[in-house]
Amino acid sequence: MRIDWNQYDPDGHFDELIAAPGQPRPAARGLTQYLRALSDADVATRKAAAELAIVEMGISFTVYSEGQNIDRAWPFDIVPRVIAAREWATIELGLRQRLTALNHFIDDIYGDQKIIKNKVFPAEVLAQSRNFRPQCVGVRPAYGVWAHICGSDLVRDSDGTVFVLEDNLRVPSGVSYMLENRVVMKRVFPELFESQDILPVDAYPTQLFDTLAAISPRPLDYPQVVVLTPGIYNSAYFEHAFLAQRMGAELVEGSDLTVGDDDCVYMRTIQGLERVDVIYRRVDDLFLDPEVFNPNSQLGVPGLMRAWHKGTVALANAPGAGVADDKVVYAYVPDMIRYYLGEDPLIQNVPTFLCHEPRSLEYVLANLDTLVVKPANESGGYGLLIGPHASRKQRSEFASLLKADPRNYIAQPTLDLSTVPTLCGGRLEPRHVDLRPFILQADQTHVTAGGLTRVALRKGSLVVNSSQGGGSKDTWIVAEAET
Amino acid sequence: MLSRVAERVYWMARYLERAENTARLLSVYANLLLDLPKGYTVGWHTLIGITGIEEPFREHYEQADEHSVVRFLLTDMHNSSSVLSTLAGARENVRTTRDLFPAEAWEAVNELHLFAREHAVSGVNRNQRHEYLTQIILGCQQLTGLLVGTLSHDDAYDFVRLGRSLERADMTTRILDVGVATLQEQDDTASALLSTLWINVLRSLSAYQMYRRHVRASVNGRDVAAFLLRDGQFPRAVRYCVDEIEAALRRLPRGEAAQRSIARISRLLTETDPKAIEREAMHDFIDDLQLELGHAHTAIAETWFPVPVAQPA
Repeated sequence: MRIDWNQYDPDGHFDELIAAPGQPRPAARGLTQYLRALSDADVATRKAAAELAIVEMGISFTVYSEGQNIDRAWPFDIVPRVIAAREWATIELGLRQRLTALNHFIDDIYGDQKIIKNKVFPAEVLAQSRNFRPQCVGVRPAYGVWAHICGSDLVRDSDGTVFVLEDNLRVPSGVSYMLENRVVMKRVFPELFESQDILPVDAYPTQLFDTLAAISPRPLDYPQVVVLTPGIYNSAYFEHAFLAQRMGAELVEGSDLTVGDDDCVYMRTIQGLERVDVIYRRVDDLFLDPEVFNPNSQLGVPGLMRAWHKGTVALANAPGAGVADDKVVYAYVPDMIRYYLGEDPLIQNVPTFLCHEPRSLEYVLANLDTLVVKPANESGGYGLLIGPHASRKQRSEFASLLKADPRNYIAQPTLDLSTVPTLCGGRLEPRHVDLRPFILQADQTHVTAGGLTRVALRKGSLVVNSSQGGGSKDTWIVAEAET
Repeated sequence: MLSRVAERVYWMARYLERAENTARLLSVYANLLLDLPKGYTVGWHTLIGITGIEEPFREHYEQADEHSVVRFLLTDMHNSSSVLSTLAGARENVRTTRDLFPAEAWEAVNELHLFAREHAVSGVNRNQRHEYLTQIILGCQQLTGLLVGTLSHDDAYDFVRLGRSLERADMTTRILDVGVATLQEQDDTASALLSTLWINVLRSLSAYQMYRRHVRASVNGRDVAAFLLRDGQFPRAVRYCVDEIEAALRRLPRGEAAQRSIARISRLLTETDPKAIEREAMHDFIDDLQLELGHAHTAIAETWFPVPVAQPA
């Protein structure tokens, strides 16, 4: 039995590939025709080839469970998600606009705080921010950019509208999987890449290096750029090693670095101490420098903040950038775009209830069964309540949490995420997806062509995090054929 | 190259070489047992003394009988130099520098470690020991060959060379010491045994044929010692290892301190003719060599490896 698109029913969801049974969207036409021509055996062979490639290439991720670290093969579905190039062009502009405004905001918050003085952003929200770092006040990073690497999560609801779900400005993960997914797809379906006009994604490591090199305090042709990892037990270690390798940068741990009497950062090499210009740090703020933050941190470098303040080393993302990586602050991003840029936001926020506002809190408490409630500062899908799927007991526990610390929570309507046909038990079924594009900013701004599509592999599930049973797909930005 | 990475690469090579040589050491003894006429005994405790691990051994075992010694040297994780411990160490060092090594090296070290662990019991049992030890030795050789053939011969490879050659030189002196020590335990009437003993020492280092081809003498203690210490062409001879270390040190930056240390060993080897040393003094000469090899390691660590970070109280 071959793939029959008349049998594929998105069941009322917005499907990225199929508008209605038997009707592929224009950008997906080439792909769906091709898949229809494959026999069942072909599909199974390609799927097996993809899985083998993943094992052979050693694409893995780490799951924290019961204190054990397990390297698991990356879960991948061979049916790509397709986005029309024309639509992507608008999304890309919207992402540039958003990160520009966010960087203005961070720079303002650690500077004059005009946005607060002009009453566009409430002082109370900042006062209670967990990711505001007083140690960063008065610092002026190059180009006024604090968040150099941003991963923004996009979702599409049932009528096809694209929303930003959240912005990850601290240590956003996933870009290595976006790149590896494409390599796997090219191996498994080479003929598709000949017939389709798919935008390439592999410029990212070069663009990342250029972005990092652009903020080097020393004007060198080839500044010393390093990737700072917490080490092999970190869940994103695969990505840290991957990016360092692709950029030709050293992958360092805190103990490899030292700050000299001259307040410059050096790495310990067999040649002796070598000056470091730019650190792409994948270590949380609070572990970066035991002299300033957590004094027990073994992951950081004593004196690093001193060096950064003196401007002898650049840090990406800059410490303190996480102040904008807060789901309460997120609610104000459209206002920031209007305030700093004088433009209307090109991509909307998901409607958000801020629980610190008494009337919103009242509404949220009364409607817990229809809302998703999220803590302001968690990531990876931890600590949230999906109202419609929660038990009465879970809802009442969350109600107490909300009342105890309303500033720490936001609530959003449960979105009916869009779906993509996904190979499940030998046939294609709709599964919910989101999308994480990556935006780089320094002297220039780059946006990945597409991003990492994460897919909820369980039927009906909205949870796409790989740590919670999600998988991923290749993402194609396709120029539609003129018809 | 980062100091931390250099240290891991160096220890990977040392651990791998130590695993191989510990297996070789055990095989000398196992074979010797088979070859000895009735009435002669070998003391298993000698092996513990020679590998310099008396203290941890006594903590865990009451008697130095065959079973305890073999278990301690092969599979005991309390012994950081046991074959299983060192293979685990080699594996961990490749795992944490995976971006540097060829992918096959990771697979090979992983498989070897798995084999050693899963078949540990057969290594301890006398009737399957030979097969187990042979597999371990072959696995180590395969991995060493893989690195020779597929890892760029750059700084990283020089650290592999340093670790491997230093460990190998040290272990060759220890295996030679087994011969010397066993000799000292026998009375003078045991001369019939001597040839058997030295043939086993040579075989354990896969050196028998090379000895035959290059020394062309009967197998006797003085010639075997001279060959294993001073031959410049046999890869497991101390002289050969020292030359390898010297060459690697010359290529690496800031190698002066370690070069001085190695020059002392080189002098020791040139100036002392093993054939002229009295049997009783041989053990002390070997001790001196081992001490100098230890100094060379210290010089290497102080020059290139990261200073251990003091843990906050």
